[in-house]
Amino acid sequence: MMEIKPYNPRDWKSHPPYRFEGYASSMKRAPLKRLVKMKQTLSEITGPLFGPEAVQSGDTDLTRNAGTDGEAMGERVIIVGRVLEEDERPVPNTLIEIWQANAAGRYHHEVDQHRAPLDPNFIGAGSYMTNEKGEYRFLTVKPGPYPWLNHPNAWRPSHIHLSLFGPSFVTRLVTQFFFPGDPLIPMDPILNSVPTKSGRQRLIASYAHDVSEAEWALGYRFDVVLRGRQQTPFEGNGR
Amino acid sequence: MKQTPSQTVGPFYSLGLTQKTMNLLASDATEGEKIRIEGYVFDGDGKPVPDAMVEIWQANAYGRYNHPEDKQEKPLDPSFLGWGRSGTDKTGVFSFETVKPGSVPGPDESIQAPHINVTVFARGMLVHAYTRIYFGDEPANGTDPVLSSIKSKTRRQTLIGAREEKNGKPVYRFDIRLQGENETVFFDM
Repeated sequence: MMEIKPYNPRDWKSHPPYRFEGYASSMKRAPLKRLVKMKQTLSEITGPLFGPEAVQSGDTDLTRNAGTDGEAMGERVIIVGRVLEEDERPVPNTLIEIWQANAAGRYHHEVDQHRAPLDPNFIGAGSYMTNEKGEYRFLTVKPGPYPWLNHPNAWRPSHIHLSLFGPSFVTRLVTQFFFPGDPLIPMDPILNSVPTKSGRQRLIASYAHDVSEAEWALGYRFDVVLRGRQQTPFEGNGR
Repeated sequence: MKQTPSQTVGPFYSLGLTQKTMNLLASDATEGEKIRIEGYVFDGDGKPVPDAMVEIWQANAYGRYNHPEDKQEKPLDPSFLGWGRSGTDKTGVFSFETVKPGSVPGPDESIQAPHINVTVFARGMLVHAYTRIYFGDEPANGTDPVLSSIKSKTRRQTLIGAREEKNGKPVYRFDIRLQGENETVFFDM
């Protein structure tokens, strides 16, 4: 018989509820019936593992990957971080996909009709395969804030979306991170859907002067923690 | 360390996630019965959701996952990863071209009926939802441990894809209802 080493459950003190009144679009799209508890099986502890071909050259530099030979406008930023399990073990060779608005706060997307300029040299999408230490690094421009229709005079703070897989079906995560000091952060219902202050804080990147490069770009650090393996008493937990 | 909180994919996820075609899991070389999965994602008002995204993860036709932790002695199919992604279109429809998976082991030496593991994302969904697709013409559904754990027969039915034929090809229709009377069963796993 196959041994199943399950992953920790979702930590519902860290994750938002499905239904959050401040976020209007959640109201009709939130499952409201009680979730059915399921013991993890082989189906859940496995998941897609992508090879290096999932990331193309240029995917890690969003300032120059629009295929135009030109450079994106805006404040150049270097985003670095580590992908970890809850016990701090790094998650190597896992695919990260990111997407974001341009420096003026507009997405390269037909649905976005914000009256801000598109940048012909900026698409706003990238990907990265973490290295053996679980590290990633992107070069991009800082996205601008943009208006949305959630409530009167609503503005999203600057943010970058991230999608991650981790080693199994249950470690999947889509999130977004914010930039420190943004005055729109306390008013953002999407961030405020996170139930704890410490959880919200964990979605704000930190300025990283050690990552900033002189006369080139400012550095920010954002680490991601995915669900880790459940510890059994027999395995010891000396950490 | 604590888990990083989930956030919605938002309305513009296609920019980062579905620029490439990712819903064709099976090629001509793939072994097994070729099937199509298609369905709507509906919101609590029964309206189709045009900005949802569905991902699937499944075993190959022999019932083996392409993953190092599946140590079964069943063959791997080099042409089959078993993962796919489909954004919903303007009418709220997603689709996949794949093969029907084989059975995989379940808890306590049980056998799980063939199924496809599903994650659902959307603008307005702060956390993705987990569900499963089972196959309507599969007798093994009757003894599946996960299906059996759902007491209400009508709720259980939300996980069953109905087999139809379209242009001589088997199509399993699987609609996802995010909310409401016939809300799809979502799992906490």
